[in-house]
This record gives sequence, structure tokens and C-alpha cells, in this order.
Amino acid sequence: MRRKRIPGVDPKLLIRDAAKLRPDFARRSFLRGMASLGTLTFLTGCDVVDGFSAEKVLRKMSELNDGAQAWLFDPGQLAPEYPDSAITRPFPFNAYYPEEDAPEVDARDFKLEVGGLVDSKNSWTLDELYALPQEKQITRHICVEGWSAIGSWTGVRLSEFLRRVGADTRARYVWFQCAEGYSNTIDMATALHPQTQLSFRFDNEILPRKYGFPMKCRMPTKLGFKNPKHVVAVHVTNSDLGGYWENQGYNWHSGL
Amino acid sequence: MSVTTASPSMTSNTAPQVIHPLWVRVTHWINAVAMVVMIMSGWQIYNASPLFPFVFPREITLGGWLAGALLWHFAAMWLLVINGIVYVTLGVLTGRFRRKFLPISPHAVVADVRAALTFRLSHDDLSIYNAVQKLLYLGVILAGFVVVLSGLAIWKPVQLQMLTAIFGGYDAARYVHFFAMAGIVGFLIIHVVLALLVPKTLRSMITGR
Repeated sequence: MRRKRIPGVDPKLLIRDAAKLRPDFARRSFLRGMASLGTLTFLTGCDVVDGFSAEKVLRKMSELNDGAQAWLFDPGQLAPEYPDSAITRPFPFNAYYPEEDAPEVDARDFKLEVGGLVDSKNSWTLDELYALPQEKQITRHICVEGWSAIGSWTGVRLSEFLRRVGADTRARYVWFQCAEGYSNTIDMATALHPQTQLSFRFDNEILPRKYGFPMKCRMPTKLGFKNPKHVVAVHVTNSDLGGYWENQGYNWHSGL
Repeated sequence: MSVTTASPSMTSNTAPQVIHPLWVRVTHWINAVAMVVMIMSGWQIYNASPLFPFVFPREITLGGWLAGALLWHFAAMWLLVINGIVYVTLGVLTGRFRRKFLPISPHAVVADVRAALTFRLSHDDLSIYNAVQKLLYLGVILAGFVVVLSGLAIWKPVQLQMLTAIFGGYDAARYVHFFAMAGIVGFLIIHVVLALLVPKTLRSMITGR
């Protein structure tokens, strides 16, 4: 096998996607650097990295880490909450596109689509969503890049929303589709966590476009990229539908 | 050979004394691989959100981009931690740590540093560590504990929030993790330079003698 591949990365997606983290970097050269470094460091030849596929081993290890993290996840363990004064202002905008490209969702036309293993697949208007019981959390958002920021989100518990749509909570996953094409899948245990929230407000104001209008799914028990913004559909499912960054090699569980 | 002549009781047909038992050599080299992978992938992870106004040149990083580096880092961590547990457990149970690293006194460290700097520090008997070696080896084992614990604090700041709090919170734990890495890299440089200056130490870590 002479595949030139990046460990843990789907090359098609890799080429397709804008390089958010290294915008100036030709992604294909990553593997060349990778292979030579791997070779220099501890492997004996290029074929070892390319053929024996460090990629496969790393992917397997990442799956093993998903299992370890699911095992470590305590459904009753709450993320620390902070006082108002701890909120990071301005709260950083972060996405794989620049702020001016954030999707514009029209509040009047908006309907949240609900699908999969639920009793009621009726769509929800914003007014209907806003009428749900809400609570506020001030928690730390931690980015996979390493930085963190404290923000304030208000909304309905996802577990409460799932109860109201008659979701089968024995299902394994909840999948989110977002207005800009982003998506991700989370485990049911995290979906039912008391701090996992469909958020309609940031810092007491209607969620601005840059933070994910009309709604974000906030989960302080997972890295930032697992918290989808501009959510337009929620599906309860038993199949892992992956996600934007997960499909490119970021760890699936990414629990905190 | 200085090792055998240092032991007059030994006869010529007796095997030379084993300085490093097999478990020390195996865990040492597994650790060397795991450490290098952790450090190089860690540098790439650092580059995604640098703590200081510098980044590591990509030639000396591993993973190519953040996701690749994270995959390496969280794969090699198992190797590092499991191997580290085996090493420390055997080190304590066999009494090797106590025999090799203790006692250690500030006075002896100062005296041996002075001797080393004037090239008068003896390496005749590799089975006995001088005070500087004792200090460095104990120090790097301590740094190993700190780097692993601060790493866990960064990885699991919700599930292991007590640990994260001990390090002063998530952001502070990142700095602790960085400085523990820096300490280990500092050790590594001294360690490798000295091993190359006294090559029989390298040989003994491979053959045991």
C-alpha cells in the first residue's frame, strides 16, 4: 500500500474543508511531514507509516478513548458554575468560517425539525421553544485548541425537550443539524445530563447570530466543537452519524 | 573493564555485574519512545493556542495539525502511563529506588556538581549514582507525576474537577503542564548529552552491563 494518508483523517473531507486551524497550510504536505517525522523518530521506513498505517492504529486508539471517556462520564457530575463577574467579555467568536459568514436564520420562518426515535415529529417554532421552562448556566467553554472562556447561556434542558417530544432515551445518540451545514452526534448520556441545554440566550440577550442564533446546544461536559450552533434539526438515533470535525479526525466523545 | 576490575572478588569466568536489570531497560526504552511522542505531539497541540509569544517549529512537532497531534498524544498517553506505573511499582517493590536514589543530601549535590564541572566526577562504578544523578532522576520522576496529573486535569476538567482545582483551575493547569514538560525536556537534554559523553552508560542501558 502506498497510500499517502493522514492518520485519523479522511482525505476527501480534509481537502474539501477550509483549513480553519491552519488556513495558510497546504494540507497534503502534512502527511509528508508526518511520515518523515514518524520515520525519523521511531519507525524504520516510510512503508511502515504508510502501509502498516499509523492512521489505523491511531483511529483505533481514539475509539478506545471514546470508550474510556464514556466510562469516566458521571451523569451526576456537574461542570463548575461561575458568578456573573467571571464571564469573559467579549466572549470569543469561534468557527471554521469568519464571523461575517455566520448563517443568518430568519426567526419568522424558523422551525426546529425533530426526527428519529421520537413520538412527536412536529416541528417547533421559536415562540413554542421560548415558552419551555428555562434555566441559566454560567460555565466554562473549553476549546479543543486549548483556550477557554466563561459564558452565560439560558435555555431549556435538552432532557426536558426530549421528554416532551417522547424521545426513546434508550437510543444511543442525538444528532444535530445546523443551518450552515455543520453537524454532530453526541451520546445519550450527555444528552440527558442536567447541564446539556438548548440555549436561546447568551448573557441574558437573545442569542446573537455570532453565537448561534436561534439556538445552540450547550454542553459544558464536552469540548466547544461538540456544542453545535444554529441548530435546525434534532434527531434521536441508534446510528452514529458523525460530525463535521469528528469526521476529520477529532476525537468523537471529546468529553471534559 | 572498569566494572569488573572494580570488583576484585569476581573471578574471570563470572558474568559481569548487572547494572540495569531487564525491567529497567525495557521500561526505560518504552518510556523514551512514549516521551518523545508525547512531547512532539504536545508541541503541536500547544501551537494551536500558544501560552507564550512563540510557537514550536513544525519540523520538530508530530501530527501535522491539531487533530493529528491530539490522536498521537492521546494514544501515546496510555503507553506512557502504563509503562510509568510498571516502572514506579517495580522501582519501589524491588527496593531499587531506595538503593539507587537514597540517601540524597544538598551537601552531596553541591560537592558533586562542583566535581562534575571540573571534570573530576568519577564514573568508574556505573551501578552507583552520584548525588547529581540522584537529584535529576528523582526530579524527572516527580516531573513525570506532575505532567501526567496536570494532563489529566486539562483533559477532564469536569469529571476530575477536584484535580483541576488542585492545579489552580483549567487555565493554570495548562501552565503547570507546560512547565512540567519544559522540566522533562531540560532533563532529557542533560541526560542525552551526558550519556553521549560517557558512552558506557548508554551501553549498560542496552545490555544491562
